[in-house]
Amino acid sequence: MSEHVLEARDLARFYETSSGAFAKPATVRALDGASFDLEAGRTLAIVGESGCGKSTLARVLTMIEPPSRGELTIDGRTVSGKADPKLRQAIQIVFQNPFGSLNPRQKIGAILEEPLKLNTDVKARERKRRGLAMLERVGLRAEHYERYPHMFSGGQRQRIAIARALMLQPRVLVLDEPVSALDVSIQAQVLNILNDLQEEFGLAYVFISHDLSVVRHIADEILIMYLGRVVEHGSAKEVFAHPTHPYTAALLSATPVADPTREKNRIPLTGELPSPLDPPPGCPFNPRCWKAQADCTRAFPPDTGEAGHFAACYHPLAENETTA
Amino acid sequence: MALEESISEEAAEELARNETPARRSGLSEFWYYFSENRGAVAGLVVFALLVLVAILAPLLAPHDPNIQFDNAQLLPPAWTSGGEWRFFLGTDAVGRDIFSRLIYGSRFSLFIGIVVVAIALLGGVTVGLIAGYVRGWLDTLIMRIMDVILAFPSLLLALVLVAVLGPGLVNAMIAIAIVLQPHFVRLTRAAVIGEIDREYVISARVAGASPFYLMTRTLLPNCLGPVIVQAALSFSNAILDAAALGFLGMGAQPPTPEWGTMLAESREFILKAWWAVTFPGLAILVTVLAINLMGDGLRDALDPKLKRS
Repeated sequence: MSEHVLEARDLARFYETSSGAFAKPATVRALDGASFDLEAGRTLAIVGESGCGKSTLARVLTMIEPPSRGELTIDGRTVSGKADPKLRQAIQIVFQNPFGSLNPRQKIGAILEEPLKLNTDVKARERKRRGLAMLERVGLRAEHYERYPHMFSGGQRQRIAIARALMLQPRVLVLDEPVSALDVSIQAQVLNILNDLQEEFGLAYVFISHDLSVVRHIADEILIMYLGRVVEHGSAKEVFAHPTHPYTAALLSATPVADPTREKNRIPLTGELPSPLDPPPGCPFNPRCWKAQADCTRAFPPDTGEAGHFAACYHPLAENETTA
Repeated sequence: MALEESISEEAAEELARNETPARRSGLSEFWYYFSENRGAVAGLVVFALLVLVAILAPLLAPHDPNIQFDNAQLLPPAWTSGGEWRFFLGTDAVGRDIFSRLIYGSRFSLFIGIVVVAIALLGGVTVGLIAGYVRGWLDTLIMRIMDVILAFPSLLLALVLVAVLGPGLVNAMIAIAIVLQPHFVRLTRAAVIGEIDREYVISARVAGASPFYLMTRTLLPNCLGPVIVQAALSFSNAILDAAALGFLGMGAQPPTPEWGTMLAESREFILKAWWAVTFPGLAILVTVLAINLMGDGLRDALDPKLKRS
């Protein structure tokens, strides 16, 4: 076991919403009790449908927002309210939309050098050298250094965003749906670059996605989320082979497989995703779950399963039940 | 998986090479949209001429603007009966050459425009940035103060301020700048609020940018478009208001050849000597019109929502 570069314990993030002067303010539990560890050089995929708290988790991990509860340790340093430049440099983020994440008034060179300028005393010449090296590392040429973001395509911009995030040599890179805004062909190209960079720098990735075929390709570990809760957590191989939480099984059965001879046994789900303002009691999945019983509405289920692969479920699927 | 099979490394690189930067660079794109608007180009030409006239005033003016010629009071323009060619646009009540005074007056108008816009812009953008960035009670306080300023008719407020500060060109300019400032505050604040949640701003925060850096380096350059347009339109407003204050005797004081003051001096001769009020009035009209046309062109060129492509 190598060191943990990221340790999250019971992270939660609540938002207060007010719906008028006389209404009682409501609390949205966007993220409720996420715990995991991540080692250097490994990829943790966070999977779930829209509104399940994936992006909130990304914002909490990158210290854009403080957690409402829980503890976060990055590279051995515990996150507190105080600004800590070392901590700041240890974790960086790449956003989903490459058209919004680059400052339209800055040249690519300035975009790449900015993190160094803000955090280190590196001289201008050295900054430029490192910027150029990183630009080439992500497959762009030196002549692109003096251009503006609007002159690049989505895939190129996403690579620039990745290069910028790596300028501070972080230990952890949070990738918030980094390829879902790109064409499939460009996705492969960006994913390959991410793979190479991970090997080269020993980066730990938190890879947020709803695209299971991408996740299967890149993840070492998987965290499945539903309505702000972690419902299943385990190694990618295990989770894909033997999902134990019914939601995971349904999610996996919904991914298209490029094999026409394979028989489809898709698990159809009924009902809508409940409002996070008013989540169902007990297990949040119980109104849509085909295995739900009376005890499912009592309280949030405890983790079951052996070390390295557990699900928060009272009635987990047995191994022979899952054929995904 | 399927992804790996569908595309090889070489093909990916090939794709990367084929992604060509196809859009115009910033300045040429600006000129492309600006030059589509003919009125704007005409306005720019007139404005450029005005700037030239102001710079070259001592060379262009046939006479000193403050010299009073004996026996040449209220001479009509040269092409009418009784006019003299050495006083092209005629003379005023004390025998000064109106043409020369207008040429020197352009200096004052441009000076007023530049100084007023600079004060209003600097103050307005700073306050607007802070209000939009900080939000909360400070924002509310600032915006309510701006609402109060906006609630007064601008010229009336300027008059009150001049009455407090004392008449004179400098005080008039300060008063006009204060009156114009709320527009800049509101525009900047709105632009900041629109940009602050964009991903590149969050990305700068994650990279460790301080609030000051975020405001001045990240947000400000991206909020300047509408502010530049407002500055151009305020330029003409400032000239107009300064002329109005001059006309009311609260702005530039005689014998300054400021256009509004020239109007005021000639008011009593309006029936006897039409030229003494007509030409300063025309000068103000043409200048303000040209700058407004130019401002409209600027807005078309800088507002992304109007862009067709």
